[in-house]
Amino acid sequence: MSERLSVRKTYKLYIGGAFPRSESGRSYAVTGAKGEFLANASKASRKDVRDAVTAARKAFAGWSAATAYNRGQILYRIAEMLEGRRAQFVSEVAEADGVSGKKAGELVDAAVDRLVWYAGWSDKISSLRGSSNPVAGPYFNLSTPEPTGVVGIVAPPMGPLFGLVSVIAPVIVTGNTCVVIASERAPLPSITLAEVLATSDLPGGVVNILTGSAGEMAPWLAGHMDVNGIDLTGADAELAQKCEELAAENLKRVLRPNGKTDWAADPGTGRMTAFLETKTVWHPIGI
Amino acid sequence: MIFEYAPAPESRDVVDIRPSYGLFINGEFVDGSGTPFKTVNPASEETLAEVAAATEADVDRAVQAARKAFGVWSALPGSERAKYLFRIARIIQERARELAVLESLDNGKPIKESRDVDLPLVAAHFFYYAGWADKLQYAGYGTTPLGVAGQVIPWNFPLLMLAWKIAPALACGNTVVLKPAETTPLTALLFAEICQQADLPPGVVNIVTGAGDTGAAVVGHPDVDKVAFTGSTEVGRLIAKSVAGTNKKVTLELGGKAANIVFDDAAIDQAVEGIVTGIFFNQGHVCCAGSRLLVQESIAEELLSSLKRRLSTLRLGDPLDKNTDIGAINSAAQLAKIRELSEAGEAEGASRWSPACPLPDKGFWFPPTVFTGVSQSHRIAREEIFGPVLSVLTFRTPAEAVEKANNTPYGLSAGVWTEKASRMLWMANRLRAGVVWSNTFNKFDPTSPFGGYKESGYGREGGRHGLEAYLKEIS
Repeated sequence: MSERLSVRKTYKLYIGGAFPRSESGRSYAVTGAKGEFLANASKASRKDVRDAVTAARKAFAGWSAATAYNRGQILYRIAEMLEGRRAQFVSEVAEADGVSGKKAGELVDAAVDRLVWYAGWSDKISSLRGSSNPVAGPYFNLSTPEPTGVVGIVAPPMGPLFGLVSVIAPVIVTGNTCVVIASERAPLPSITLAEVLATSDLPGGVVNILTGSAGEMAPWLAGHMDVNGIDLTGADAELAQKCEELAAENLKRVLRPNGKTDWAADPGTGRMTAFLETKTVWHPIGI
Repeated sequence: MIFEYAPAPESRDVVDIRPSYGLFINGEFVDGSGTPFKTVNPASEETLAEVAAATEADVDRAVQAARKAFGVWSALPGSERAKYLFRIARIIQERARELAVLESLDNGKPIKESRDVDLPLVAAHFFYYAGWADKLQYAGYGTTPLGVAGQVIPWNFPLLMLAWKIAPALACGNTVVLKPAETTPLTALLFAEICQQADLPPGVVNIVTGAGDTGAAVVGHPDVDKVAFTGSTEVGRLIAKSVAGTNKKVTLELGGKAANIVFDDAAIDQAVEGIVTGIFFNQGHVCCAGSRLLVQESIAEELLSSLKRRLSTLRLGDPLDKNTDIGAINSAAQLAKIRELSEAGEAEGASRWSPACPLPDKGFWFPPTVFTGVSQSHRIAREEIFGPVLSVLTFRTPAEAVEKANNTPYGLSAGVWTEKASRMLWMANRLRAGVVWSNTFNKFDPTSPFGGYKESGYGREGGRHGLEAYLKEIS
């Protein structure tokens, strides 16, 4: 009896909750750590970037208005779905990074734990970032954090799953929506993560994932006038400077790359607060 | 009816204006290398003083002085820094009248505003941040100062913006090089004297006067660790671009085009007062001014007639007169911009109205002006006028009000007038703006964070939040 021929997966983009191919029809060959062919990934175009921003903007009103409890539940649900697909991610991470199955397993576990950690922040970050302000007059005065809006993310080239989850979760847990440029070198786990997101009750458009050339796509995202913030963690110095200059056009909030990030360390609140605004509401007190 | 008031001018003898001023570097007044410029009283066009212009080399000296002082200042215990700031706050209170008169002379704002709003807030701001200096470890932003802060401020609230910049910077252990606006340098230079009176260590505060190129030199200096800017969105963009690829931390407080939204159940008389405060306070030279009035269609006619009646009682004239409500426009250039946009408003089809309001012969003046029949596409509904000009639009439903209010690249402030609390909070949730004043407008307090969404800039000034701009992120 001959060995069964396996059914391969087609890796596409993730935009607005759907999995389209790039409108450009382009793809590129993704290889593993040893140079072996793994799959063809979609090579997203400028039009795909714009479609993804439109989807993220459309999702923003609903996601930002969802209760913090609800957002926390959904992030926890993503962790559950990821855990359920552990074996698949372990094999993809091992192939992409050329690490042992044991090491890949640790990275997948860390990604699950990171999601659980951020899930709990949804209804706590306000206590840290908000305040009631004792103004010198008869006024009620309250400051609360609110999401910045649509955030572009250049995901770290290394850490195709753990790094990716570590940049997406802090942006969306507070109510932002995002367009992510996945690791160009190792994009496959990002699309498998999209399958997890699509089955976690996360509304379509909250996270949009594009694969392809970061150098090509990041400037379009940075210069897009309907994007409110950009995380340049995965950009090299030259690309980051170019993107920051483009981002100035509509005064995007910019999270600059910070050398080599140690993803295993306590992430702190900085990735959340980079994309939070503070709103202060006044009202007179009287009878 | 209008009552005749006898003139009640505040005496200008309380302040001694020197014929010329130098730069304040390393605790001393020194000559600048650029061509000195004149600062004028916008209410009379009389020259008040000649002021030194700082060149790139002067700015470099100021930054070096600040760098040297940073070692000493940041090493002081927070409790000692606090005492310097408390001392400065007290001297400001002691010399408040002098500062208020000087502010009105140089800026053109009515003395009742400089005396009753600007100066009390300036002193309060120093007093507030003084208290933080030895409590940073409780604030949640770490305790490590950034270094030298380069700060560039506008002409609309010269001394108040100085306080917003300098007080938190010093409390956190930074030293500063501050550039006041070209048309309003005098109170900053008097503040330099106050630093001397307070025995503040030399170099902790440096004041460099000049025009835009001086500001660019401050922002662009490689040894500046932090840039804080308040001013136009246009310049804010240039600054954001210029710091790309550096490690400079930046906060920007930029323009606005705030909606002041009045519902049919609002207390009309209070709303009218709020509309007046919103757009005619400080001649409308306010980034968070309520320059777009959104009024619910069913009460538009009634509200507008009340508003026009109220505007007819405003007194425009001598800024030093204690009865003056509307002072002078700060400069000829600003007056030209207000005129240009107002003419565009008429040309695009909106109806223009001003109360009968004689303007003084000399100086820069613009009457309170209301445009009705304004549509969202009109320039006067989209562009910041930064003058006493109100654009009136109408809406039918709360959702339409939100849609129109948020239909701007700016997001600094907004106003909501309704007697229904749940509707007020519903609106406040949906308005994309950093400050929402409900049933009030243009209120400020050192404990209350202030700053914008979107193209109104980033970062907050005031409150615990205001410390973040001047401390190293904990990573």
